Amino acid sequence: MTTRKLEVIVGAFVAIAIAALLLLALKVANTGVTGSDETYKLLAKFENIGGLKVRSPVKVGGVVVGRVSDIQLDPESFQPIVTLEINASYSNFPETSSLAILTSGLLGEQYIGLQAGFVDETVTILKNGDYVENTKGAIVLEELIGQFLFNRGNS
Amino acid sequence: MLNKLQQLGAATIGTIQGLGRASLMLFGALWGRPRPVKAWPLYVKQFYVVGVLSLLIILVSGLFIGMVLALQGYTVLAKFGAEQMLGPLVALSLLRELGPVVTALLFAGRAGSALTAEIGLMKATEQLSSMEMMAVDPLRRIIAPRFWAGVICMPLLALIFNAVGILGGHLVGVDWLGVDGGGYWSAMQANVDFYDDIVNGIIKSAVFAFIVTVIALHKGFDAIPTSEGISQATTQTVVTASLAVLGFDFILTAVMFGG
Repeated sequence: MTTRKLEVIVGAFVAIAIAALLLLALKVANTGVTGSDETYKLLAKFENIGGLKVRSPVKVGGVVVGRVSDIQLDPESFQPIVTLEINASYSNFPETSSLAILTSGLLGEQYIGLQAGFVDETVTILKNGDYVENTKGAIVLEELIGQFLFNRGNS
Repeated sequence: MLNKLQQLGAATIGTIQGLGRASLMLFGALWGRPRPVKAWPLYVKQFYVVGVLSLLIILVSGLFIGMVLALQGYTVLAKFGAEQMLGPLVALSLLRELGPVVTALLFAGRAGSALTAEIGLMKATEQLSSMEMMAVDPLRRIIAPRFWAGVICMPLLALIFNAVGILGGHLVGVDWLGVDGGGYWSAMQANVDFYDDIVNGIIKSAVFAFIVTVIALHKGFDAIPTSEGISQATTQTVVTASLAVLGFDFILTAVMFGG
């Protein structure tokens, strides 16, 4: 076979491989609200983050609007500080909005549910780097059972 | 007792000498300025022989392994009512483990054995020594193109394997067993990370490519130049390369995903 013919075949082979990589990168991997999309950061302190992980989704009414980008422990109050990266197209949450760590299904992964709050003249809109004050941590099953047993004992 | 000790010592020295000869061979093949323009046809030929001709077996095995994964995974997941996790199951097992490892094993059997036999026969028919007589360095002319072809083609083959396997899983899971098609892809997208899963898989297959190709070339270059020696060398290539791939896979998995 001539070199030219071989080159064409090898070129086709490499093209197939690149197509496979593109399929994997775009269709299989998570190319959701990350990467080149514009985002802004919100911070929140929680009592307990349960099984929340970096890259867990932030949802408003089930729609993914962002992801957890960082989880740290505040060295003074010993409370976890969670950094959220919210898609810039959802930039009008008022400061009265609240965050709660929820679980999808009975055994599913944990995510942050964002509940938009009311708006009036005194309420400002959350900007990059703002803290969301109203937060509700993850429910720990053991604490819940303990509370239940404690209440039964009292009655 | 003393004989056993002597055997152990001889085996150890033999292994170390083999490693040394393999390194020398690799060094000789890669050292110095490459001449891509002059040697280009040689490289293209090897890309064709090593890469393109392995494509069929990779496509078929990828498709069937993806289909079997979907079939087996579905029976277990359906018991827990978690059929929508079929996508991540197929994608993660292919991208992290099966893609790189099975491709490397198939590559060792399909291309590695051929490389060993070819170079071994060149040695037996004294083509290598006649090249040296003509002041052509056989390391640069024979070994280097085959090395680069193997190292570059195998990760590409692994990528194709992964993509075809995931499509095969879709074929069985969605088109036959009736898992929701949107759920198959969206659950996959929610659970597969480009850097953690896909890039780590590519790194794995690049490491395997290096191991398999170097073992195949070394065994051929080091073969005893008789018909029996070549048959031994070919067998050893497949066995040693497969074992090395499985061993390194454990180490790489422990480093990448172990914690």
